[in-house]
Amino acid sequence: MTARALRSLPRALKPVFSNRCPQVFAVRKCHQAKQPTYTPPPAKYGGRHTVTLIPGDGIGPELSGYVRELFRRNGVALKGNIETNHNLPSSHKSRNNLLRTTLDLYANVIHCQSLPGVRTRHSNVDIMIIRENTEGEYSSLEHENVPGVVECLKIITRSKSLRIADYAFKTAREKGRSRVTAVHKANIMKLGDGLFLECCKEVASGYPEISFDSMIVDNTTMQLVSRPQQFDVMVMPNLYGNVVSNVCAGLVGGPGLVPGANYGKDYAVFETGTRNTGKSIANCNKANPTAMLLASCLLLDHLKLHAYAHIIRSAILSTLTEAQLHTADLGGHSSTSDVVQSIMDAVQSAGPRTLSM
Amino acid sequence: MAAHSSLLSVFKIINPRWNGRLGNTVKVFGTTCTSHRNKTSLTRENIPPPAKYGGRHTVTLIPGDGIGPELLSHVREVFRFSCVPVDFEVVQVNSATEAEDDIMNAITAIRRNGVALKGNIETKHTLPPSVKSRNNVLRTTLDLYANVMHCQSLPGVQTRHQNIDIMIIRENTEGEYSSLEHESVSGVVESLKIITRNNSLRIADYAFRLAREKGRRRVTAVHKANIMKLGDGLFLQCCKEVASGYPDIIFDSMIVDNTTMQLVSKPQQFDVMVMPNLYGNVVSNVCAGLVGGPGLVPGANYGQDYAVFETATRNTGKSIAGKNLANPTAMLLASCMMLDHLKLYEYASSIRNAVSITMNETRLHTADLGGQGTTSEVVQSIMRVIQSKGQLTSEL
Repeated sequence: MTARALRSLPRALKPVFSNRCPQVFAVRKCHQAKQPTYTPPPAKYGGRHTVTLIPGDGIGPELSGYVRELFRRNGVALKGNIETNHNLPSSHKSRNNLLRTTLDLYANVIHCQSLPGVRTRHSNVDIMIIRENTEGEYSSLEHENVPGVVECLKIITRSKSLRIADYAFKTAREKGRSRVTAVHKANIMKLGDGLFLECCKEVASGYPEISFDSMIVDNTTMQLVSRPQQFDVMVMPNLYGNVVSNVCAGLVGGPGLVPGANYGKDYAVFETGTRNTGKSIANCNKANPTAMLLASCLLLDHLKLHAYAHIIRSAILSTLTEAQLHTADLGGHSSTSDVVQSIMDAVQSAGPRTLSM
Repeated sequence: MAAHSSLLSVFKIINPRWNGRLGNTVKVFGTTCTSHRNKTSLTRENIPPPAKYGGRHTVTLIPGDGIGPELLSHVREVFRFSCVPVDFEVVQVNSATEAEDDIMNAITAIRRNGVALKGNIETKHTLPPSVKSRNNVLRTTLDLYANVMHCQSLPGVQTRHQNIDIMIIRENTEGEYSSLEHESVSGVVESLKIITRNNSLRIADYAFRLAREKGRRRVTAVHKANIMKLGDGLFLQCCKEVASGYPDIIFDSMIVDNTTMQLVSKPQQFDVMVMPNLYGNVVSNVCAGLVGGPGLVPGANYGQDYAVFETATRNTGKSIAGKNLANPTAMLLASCMMLDHLKLYEYASSIRNAVSITMNETRLHTADLGGQGTTSEVVQSIMRVIQSKGQLTSEL
């Protein structure tokens, strides 16, 4: 296991750490999954953690077994999006979805904030979106009893709705936020979204200092494009979360900027907020590294390596705002490697010990 | 019989055009005319309902809740002022009762008249879940399968994006709005989303036909087939099949999350969009927000035999009801779409023109557009413009 981890890690870390590629010495982890509260894996050798990294795309069916083994060992992962090929039969489910449901990563958290160096049509946007990540429309339960008539099941359960609502309110309390808005379509899906709304209301009653309201998804999206500053924390089922998080990502500058986190009771997986594969710009040195780097900062925070997270985050911000190095998606002309180089320069100038470049 | 009914149809066709010239002298001699809806016509296009008395159409009016009643009364005011040959049959629908009688009466009235103008009927959360959304019942019973919304940037309205011109065609009767839910196990709710081949082919065909009629070049299907492989996969497949029959129109597809993200960054890239019910709901609201809000965009629901017009985003607007604050534009433009449907084109363009002048030149805006005008001021201004253009009008 050790040798395998050793072999896989340097290769796997390349996409994120580009040309720096430090030698990572394999560390053996204890299996943390059985503990009720999550604690980061013990750093056995010299304070170093091992994190699973899934590059994404191109990985075949053996991925889920591989991930499960490596991941259960490590407890934390950083991943790219795995393409869902339309040409494969429909029994072949989305790998990303499989990962999320198998590991019960029930909360998808996206924090959309207007960045000072990025010019957008709306400013002062600061929205936390908490999206139920394992049920709802993504149950992958479909059948065709009568030819030409397909039924897709959207599942809403009491326990999961309570769980995500509780997560939302706990997060809101932790981050000192004052308002939680539940997004739903309970006027049409009375039982389903009605249940979700009811669960949110129940949980809200236990957090009197946080104001709770609800809004229908169509009105929400309309309000988001006219006045996004009115929203604070939003909680919603899976599909609305997908749409709303993409709208918010678009409002603050696009898919290249927003990191996303998937939290479960025992595991955490970090990725870009909008989960794009970006096939058309792959290997062109054009992609915006910000989202993935910020996701890795969220990972560092999760591992309680706050200082490192802070350094990298500040470096990213200074590159975006002071150096104004923008990739094509932000209307600039820089390449991915230029931006990464600039971030590394900023990290170096900030003072802490770095490897030679 | 055949000769008589063809004479009748000729009168029906020339009536609206000649109304102003011949006054009310052209009488359509009543016969027990066969309802045009029972006729099997060679073309499947909608035929305006028979104008029975003196060239005047009868249209069902459902005031609804919230701002619906006041906006519709303004529509009637403008119609009366411009001498539009439309009479309204008002049907009230009480949203607070559990009984279905009101909505069934409304549906019967629409069957009778063929055309309706409606405000949104509130779905009260206090009623039990067995009470379905009245608007939804109306749409499914009358099989109004296509919801069409045209979002265009208006020159007089300041928005963050310009040059938007998107037509959204949304499947209106199935999908997530099937209202089929059950709780087999306590605490676990299953909501069924139904996608059928027939309805998907039908809506795709409608979209391509409309694109062709309006000279549009591209149709984009919006879906989530990477997750809902069978359901949205079927929808996408149907769109592709129909697309092959329209080689002059480009067809592409986009996943709904990417679509909404693209809409907020670069909405000018979209031309015509076709999609299932729920995505249609979200996308149309995003587009309405982009061009200036719910007060500006009209919507139409078309079926094979009936057509119902309303505001595109179907808001009840309870919080601003009765305060003379609502924007009458959406409802007035919806009534113009209705007039176009009834082939009363001159009236439609005169009212539309007046609305446009008030919005863009006079710049009289209501609160939702950041202005200080009240609803009645805007309506008065519109009527003054109509009068100034020289049309026959009644007293202001």
